[in-house]
Amino acid sequence: MSKTQQLENLTTQVRRDILRMVHKVNSGHPGGSLGCTEFLVALYQEIMNRKEGFDMDGANEDLFFLSNGHISPVFYSVLARSGYFPVDELNTFRLINSRLQGHPTTHEGLPGIRIASGSLGQGMSVALGAAQAKKLNGDKHLIYSLHGDGELQEGQNWEAIMYASGNKVDNIISTIDLNSQQIDGCTDDVLPMGSLKAKFEAFDWTVVEIEEGNNIDAILKGMAEAKSKTGKGKPVCVLLKTVMGNGVDFMMHTHAWHGKAPNDEQLASGLKQNPETLGDY
Amino acid sequence: MKTYKNTGNKDTRSGFGAGLTELGKTNENVVALCADLIGSLKMDDFKKNHPERFFQVGIAEANMIGLAAGLTIGGKIPFTGTFANFSTGRVYDQIRQSVAYSNKNVKICASHAGLTLGEDGATHQILEDIGLMKMLPGMTVINPCDYNQTKAATIAIAEYEGPVYLRFGRPSVANFTSEDQKFEIGKALHLVDGTDVTIVATGHLVWEALEAAKTLNDKGISAEVINIHTIKPLDAEAILKSVGKTGCIVTAEEHNHLGGLGESVSRVLTTNHPVPQEFVATNDTFGESGTPAQLMDKYGLNAEAIVKAAEKVIKRK
Repeated sequence: MSKTQQLENLTTQVRRDILRMVHKVNSGHPGGSLGCTEFLVALYQEIMNRKEGFDMDGANEDLFFLSNGHISPVFYSVLARSGYFPVDELNTFRLINSRLQGHPTTHEGLPGIRIASGSLGQGMSVALGAAQAKKLNGDKHLIYSLHGDGELQEGQNWEAIMYASGNKVDNIISTIDLNSQQIDGCTDDVLPMGSLKAKFEAFDWTVVEIEEGNNIDAILKGMAEAKSKTGKGKPVCVLLKTVMGNGVDFMMHTHAWHGKAPNDEQLASGLKQNPETLGDY
Repeated sequence: MKTYKNTGNKDTRSGFGAGLTELGKTNENVVALCADLIGSLKMDDFKKNHPERFFQVGIAEANMIGLAAGLTIGGKIPFTGTFANFSTGRVYDQIRQSVAYSNKNVKICASHAGLTLGEDGATHQILEDIGLMKMLPGMTVINPCDYNQTKAATIAIAEYEGPVYLRFGRPSVANFTSEDQKFEIGKALHLVDGTDVTIVATGHLVWEALEAAKTLNDKGISAEVINIHTIKPLDAEAILKSVGKTGCIVTAEEHNHLGGLGESVSRVLTTNHPVPQEFVATNDTFGESGTPAQLMDKYGLNAEAIVKAAEKVIKRK
């Protein structure tokens, strides 16, 4: 089986996890999760240089920070299926006494999580701090972060974006999930942000665009290019064009499934479109 | 009664700067961040001696808190520096999510707290920061009383694992605690023995409490004075032991009576050993421009106000 096929199989399984997790508790955020499934699968399985096990400091390995914490379903599924905690635990998503809180947190000690996120716009600052700690420690590994496009409306991001280039933090690859949707509708209708490429370049970042953000090969190629541009005095931004709700036809191209769970029939339809590959939890 | 000698007025922020300088030499994991107030926070020496461990973040406090949280991942011990107002109210959600809820080992070091910031006025004089910070689960809140104690506290919090809010001020005030003190987080300091009234003070009000105790002594009233430098966790045992003897208490702080030290003390008393309490604190108000002394006088935060409160609370016994 080709590497791409393996990653696609995992992607399909992660989609099933996401749908089943949010369906069970009738809450959570499937739309953005499905849109970032290929990216997170590729990141954890192929792109990042990770150690076995988990410790908070993460010395001598690449680290990932999720800033748009509401896409916790995809994050939890990918973490579990990458070996950070038992896959069965996905069953506890958003339930009382669970380590899988509605939004990711370090508070319950879930392996794989290094910062709480959910209140938007904070993750880039944290990722930059971790990147600077790596530099101080002489650790050549990279920091990856993921942010929603709507999330960039939070001002703290622009403090961080300005800081990163001003201080030549060149060991970070911050990816923006460009799905053009947010809770109240299209980003262009809610608060038009113009060209993010032009904005990041104006802030002196290197920008890599991935037009097909739901295509494993395109992601691997784009992220390899992004990686090749690290260590050159500038922070690197990846603009990842994705389709919200990807892989489940009735959830695609709409903000309607940002924070809504499928009912029984919708779940059945979604699962039918994504047949079991590695085995359900 | 036991008295204390002022060895010469000094600002508590310089105590912070001196502590940070010391940490620079002794703890290589200590890093410092500042939001364009290096001179005001007395961080110049640390920056000069350890440029690689110093991060000038510009006028961007939200980013500073996030950077500090991130720096802990990799074993650094970040000390952030800006005014108390910009250290707390401006960045509350960043502290709440990225520091407190995430349990990051960040030391939020806040200068120019309270009215004694002076002439800049109410936009900069935060009187709500103790309340904001003590409400955060897991946050330690410290407000040392003078230069020596602020230096000792700065050094001590580096050894403690967990988020800390360290509050200090701008003006030169009496420096009377010992130079070589060991600072113990959460341990109240018993300064003067007394039997008629307990005065529990924090920050700049500790010296005022000592002055008040002298006046009260002259009037034949025996006041016990306790320096509560740590507001959270509060040394309930020390407070209860003292009021067990005196039967009444005055709390004194450069902060709003809503949410401050006084309310924390009240909770200890009402759930254990209720006794009359009077508050020396601001009365749910903003500050204004003026000299520190004028402001402390106008808003009733000095030795004279403590004396009046003590006389009043004794009558309520």
